Amino acid sequence: MKKNRHIVIQSISFFTIAMLYLPLFGVAVFSVNSAKYGWVWKEFTLKWYTSLFSNEYILAAAWNTLVLAVVSTLISTLIGTLFAIGISRFPWGRKTDSFLDILLNFPVVIPDIVMAGSLVVVFALLRSVSDLFEAGLVTMIIGHITFQIAFVALVVRSRLVSIGTDIEEAARDLFASNWYLMRRIMLPLLLPGIVAGAMLAFTLSLDDFVISFFTSGPDSQTLPLYIYSAVRRGVTPQIHALSTLVVFITVILVVAAERISRKN
Amino acid sequence: MNGQPEKNLVIRDITKSFGSVTALKTVNQEVRQGEFFTLLGPSGCGKTTLLRIIAGLELPTTGSIILTGKDITSLPAAKRQVNTVFQSYALFPHLSIFENVAFGLRSRKFPEAEVQKRVAATLDLLEMGAMRDRGPDQLSGGQRQRVAIARALVNEPDILLLDEPMSALDAKLRAQVQEELRRLQRRLGTTFIMVTHDQAEALVCSDRIAVMNAGEIIQCGTPEEVYDFPRNRFVAEFLGAANLVHARRAPGGVETEIGYLKLNREPDWLEGLVAIRPEWIKVGAVKPELNGVHATIQDIVYRGTNFDLAVSPGAMRVRTNAFKNFKIGDQVWLELPPNELVVLED
Amino acid sequence: MKESSILWRGEMTTRRALTGRGMSFLSGGMLWLLGFLILPSLIFIALSFAERGVYGEVIWTFSLENYRRLAGFSSFGWTPDYLLILGRSVIVAFVTTSVAILLSYPLTFFIASRPERSRFMWLVIIIIPFWTNIVIRTYAWFFLFSPEFPFARIAAFLGLIPAGTSLYPSAFAVYVGMISDYLPFLALPLYSSVERLDWSLVEAAQDLYASRIRVFMQAILPQTAPGLTVGIILTFVPTMATFVVPDLLGGAKYMLVGNLIQQQFGASRDWPFGAAISMALMLMTLFSMRIYRRKGKKVDLL
Repeated sequence: MKKNRHIVIQSISFFTIAMLYLPLFGVAVFSVNSAKYGWVWKEFTLKWYTSLFSNEYILAAAWNTLVLAVVSTLISTLIGTLFAIGISRFPWGRKTDSFLDILLNFPVVIPDIVMAGSLVVVFALLRSVSDLFEAGLVTMIIGHITFQIAFVALVVRSRLVSIGTDIEEAARDLFASNWYLMRRIMLPLLLPGIVAGAMLAFTLSLDDFVISFFTSGPDSQTLPLYIYSAVRRGVTPQIHALSTLVVFITVILVVAAERISRKN
Repeated sequence: MNGQPEKNLVIRDITKSFGSVTALKTVNQEVRQGEFFTLLGPSGCGKTTLLRIIAGLELPTTGSIILTGKDITSLPAAKRQVNTVFQSYALFPHLSIFENVAFGLRSRKFPEAEVQKRVAATLDLLEMGAMRDRGPDQLSGGQRQRVAIARALVNEPDILLLDEPMSALDAKLRAQVQEELRRLQRRLGTTFIMVTHDQAEALVCSDRIAVMNAGEIIQCGTPEEVYDFPRNRFVAEFLGAANLVHARRAPGGVETEIGYLKLNREPDWLEGLVAIRPEWIKVGAVKPELNGVHATIQDIVYRGTNFDLAVSPGAMRVRTNAFKNFKIGDQVWLELPPNELVVLED
Repeated sequence: MKESSILWRGEMTTRRALTGRGMSFLSGGMLWLLGFLILPSLIFIALSFAERGVYGEVIWTFSLENYRRLAGFSSFGWTPDYLLILGRSVIVAFVTTSVAILLSYPLTFFIASRPERSRFMWLVIIIIPFWTNIVIRTYAWFFLFSPEFPFARIAAFLGLIPAGTSLYPSAFAVYVGMISDYLPFLALPLYSSVERLDWSLVEAAQDLYASRIRVFMQAILPQTAPGLTVGIILTFVPTMATFVVPDLLGGAKYMLVGNLIQQQFGASRDWPFGAAISMALMLMTLFSMRIYRRKGKKVDLL
């Protein structure tokens, strides 16, 4: 009887994993198929991949994706880290604490489409003040930072909590000044948390579609946006190749991130 | 003493409350230079709070801390010649053992040569020289404790504070470490103030013990004093086992449920408690001259080095040597020597 | 009056200095979140009571017109169209979350029972789809459901769809896409609880001859509740609001509230109405979460 249960659990698990991977696998297979249409296998080819690099729209989209992810990650990591330190290292009252807690969890639970819609409206209002808020990379970066900050701060805060107060008091007891404490103890101990937060922010940026879709302008296509609009014109092997490439990069990032976080 | 002021610590009228919770009610105490002083009490009695106030990690609500004649109440930890061994040891996980110990010297910008010399000497003192390049996570609990002690001692503090230093060690190691700590303190002559809830630890290590309860020091004295002459019921029961007998004052002694007991001095109260440790009760077959109680053995527990007997009347515990053969139901005579009977204050 | 000093983590300072320093740490994030999240949300609420001008501009008057419209009232009488879309979104989110729960328990149990060496690999297998862009994963189903592929052919053979057509747009395609897209959001948090499951309690329940359902309800569910709750939030909120999946796999036939909102900010350019739908979405999400969270467990999201 116990054995039966194992088999049931195992077969449901394999079914689920198949459901997660079958479509990605299918796309990957057809990305190296030289047949352009249909359920036929002609021959192995990498031409769809090489053609990606001569498509200037795709190259521009890839560049935009990278700029968006890197810039938003840098800014949100800085702001989020300071925010986490500010929240957990100072004696706020209970009211301030719960306010900050809500502020921190709000971006996590608000539906992305609502956040995106409200950003569209605010950018429209701000546009009357400054050209900076013209829909494009800048507005996308602002949008991404807005949801990244909270995630970075949550990761860094949990690291701060796990460091505890003893270490800090011990350093003080051993005559450390503010600066020395920061440089010699807090920063090195926080660093793994900051790196983990930054990696999370970076992946969140690559993973996002909705915020980008709402806040982008005509010259700020990213890869997910490009794929989305291309699909509506019909599927092509080139899109298979591009999708497979993005999945491949995701796999590398995930494995690297897991390796690093397991080391700590 | 050679014109040098004694580096003693005076705790004067210290109180501490956290919001509406009172952690310490008026503590007055002196700690002499070079002694091993222990704050002993159950958890929540305020002993750790008092230690943190001495360390400069907590401000008292009122009162002052005076070290070598100087009021240090408003100085933070970094400005006191006092260092702490934390309960968790709080070693810096990313620094090597050497750098952990060197931290206090480096943060005061000591010259490199002196840092090297003093850290090496302190590590050798604690027999940790071979571990200098390891990380804290590569050490055993006992080794970590030594590093924590070395890290504090390298600064040559006037007072070393130890917050429950044995709590992270297993029971077998504790007994050994207690003795080592005692020896270290004797050798260095530095004042040690230790906080513990373990009475055996306090008795082994200390020159003097202050027994604390509910934010107050109840009794302070040498281990012998507090063990043999507890002031009240709390101290008697907290330090080891004690037989407590309800008594009424009578000429030259007290009248109790187990009969008249002669005492060395008459108690101040009309009714109260007298105490006697199980090991001071003598057991025999013949009626003793003084303070004899005829009793029946109700239960016998063999403890290796001795027997514990439960006897009636009075539901008393008696500890006796192993070579006497008793059976349950035996009739015996107990002798409660007046010298060992303690009149409690409550 | 001299301010009294306090000792804070071994540092002698005053409460005011500490508050000042703390504020300087907080200021960046606070200003950012207030400026680009809280304030926009408030404007959004106000906007839902405004009106659309002829050219798609916003006319700032107070009116309940948007909400009336959402409830189905218009100059042509009452239609249930919008309410149907709202209701459908709740049902889709509810079904998706429920199926994800049913599939995630066996999956997480399976991973937790793997030997420690290979467990990490199995875990990565769930983490990868979690981090793969949803457009790509939805696109992959879109591709697999096209007419020439076996899925559509089998369906056509069984007479479920006309021969030579694709499996989308259909409710079936939407559900498959939704469940596979959002399942990792449930499985990952759930796994963190399953990994820490105390099996002795489960065995004790089995020793007492409890039925399987009772073993689950009384020994497994309470222990995995924290991870499950986080998982439900992470799944339910985005499935309620999604528009990529129904857009690619559902088409106009199977519109969800996400598509409706997107339309208002896209082709229709009716921001006040879009804001009103968003408010309805938020309310429905919060209300649904209430039902899930009735047990009142406090949840840390990370």
